Amino acid sequence: MSTVPSLTRATLAKDLRLEWRSKDAINSMLFFSLLVVVIFSFSFDPTAEESRRIVGGLVWVAFLFAAVVALNQTWAREIRNQVLDAYRVSPAPANALFLAKVLGNFIFVTVLQALMTPLFIVFYNLRALGPAYQLPIVAALGTWALVVNGTFFAAMSLRTRSREIMLPLLLFPISIPALLAMVEATGAILTGEFSAKFWIVLLAAYDVVFTIASLFLFGFVLQAE
Amino acid sequence: MLPVGDPSSTLCPAVIVTDLVKQFGRFAALRGVTAEFAPGRLYAILGDNGAGKTTLLRALAGLTPPTRGIISMLGTTDLRSVCGQVGYMAHPSLLYDEMSGMENLGYFARLYDVSNKDQRCAEVIGAVKLDPSLTRPVGQYSQGMRQRMSLARALLNDPKILLLDEPFSNVDLRSAREMVSLLTGLRDAGKTIFVVTHQASLLEGAADEFVWMESGQIVSRSSDLAARLETP
Repeated sequence: MSTVPSLTRATLAKDLRLEWRSKDAINSMLFFSLLVVVIFSFSFDPTAEESRRIVGGLVWVAFLFAAVVALNQTWAREIRNQVLDAYRVSPAPANALFLAKVLGNFIFVTVLQALMTPLFIVFYNLRALGPAYQLPIVAALGTWALVVNGTFFAAMSLRTRSREIMLPLLLFPISIPALLAMVEATGAILTGEFSAKFWIVLLAAYDVVFTIASLFLFGFVLQAE
Repeated sequence: MLPVGDPSSTLCPAVIVTDLVKQFGRFAALRGVTAEFAPGRLYAILGDNGAGKTTLLRALAGLTPPTRGIISMLGTTDLRSVCGQVGYMAHPSLLYDEMSGMENLGYFARLYDVSNKDQRCAEVIGAVKLDPSLTRPVGQYSQGMRQRMSLARALLNDPKILLLDEPFSNVDLRSAREMVSLLTGLRDAGKTIFVVTHQASLLEGAADEFVWMESGQIVSRSSDLAARLETP
């Protein structure tokens, strides 16, 4: 009998293969993030100290908007040819599909971050004054928060007529606590003025709560008409 | 009188639907369908557009939960517990355009936990008269090839019940006849097959029963296609 991990692996491998061939999500995300970096760098010319204060917000808002592009793509390829129905009629558990989608989006957004971070450093003349080793932790927890909620709400808005608009409407309000924690933690690490630990713990708690809730509820979302 | 299955059949019905109602807002797609379907038979579901054929098939597949009524398949009303024994082919292909036929079927074989999956995938692709070694993505297939690959996907888990929605649409006559011959072979092997189609003549001599739907209800059942067609 196929288990959730093996079905998650199979679905993730399928999604990575589809993305490798179409490059729909990664191209749109890269283009969008690149625009944000360039436009903001032309819009204001901050000193290095000012940059450290504002760049946390800038980076995460850019990644949040870019992630929405990927999240819409994830499910769009499942409703083309109604392939999602093939999954729904199979005995495979809903959780395996959800986890595979979350992991896939996590990989896409992480790749985007890896490509965009050097650009942010160059354009905004950044250097961490606090414990820099905490930055990857904040990035991983923050990205997980975005993609767990995003994948769930993208699935919810799948059958709505204007899903591209519906997703941000559902996702952004519920992501505010996570976004606040990401921005504050990043700012704290870059400026070194205060500890980021509280915000990292908050982010971890947010991830745990929303991952469990999404896993619990996704079956209903998948089987809904 | 309620339309029920062959009374001479002593076998337990493969599918029983009782007072099945499906509402989409104010529109009732199914209006109290009650019927029994014996195992090992090929049923052709016929009717005009909007008669409720596809909704009935989707309800049997577990994709459209009924507003009211009961569906029992293979002796249980818990359709989820028997979904591994049901094959479903929809009007769209239910395949990923960017992957080849083997890659598509390989993925779906994992979902059904099919053993010897490569061998089984090649077997069903061969059964629908396609080449398993074809590496080009399904998106580049002709419509007819896509239909046949879609049928192969439905056969992958060796289902006891096969639900096919318009399997012959956009398929040339020779291929359609080959598909009918494949279906009769499967029926003879004991599978219960439901085929929603507008091309009833293709199933003449192959289907055990023609089930006519109108306005969300089963209005007639007959083993003779001509009998209904002659009725004004």
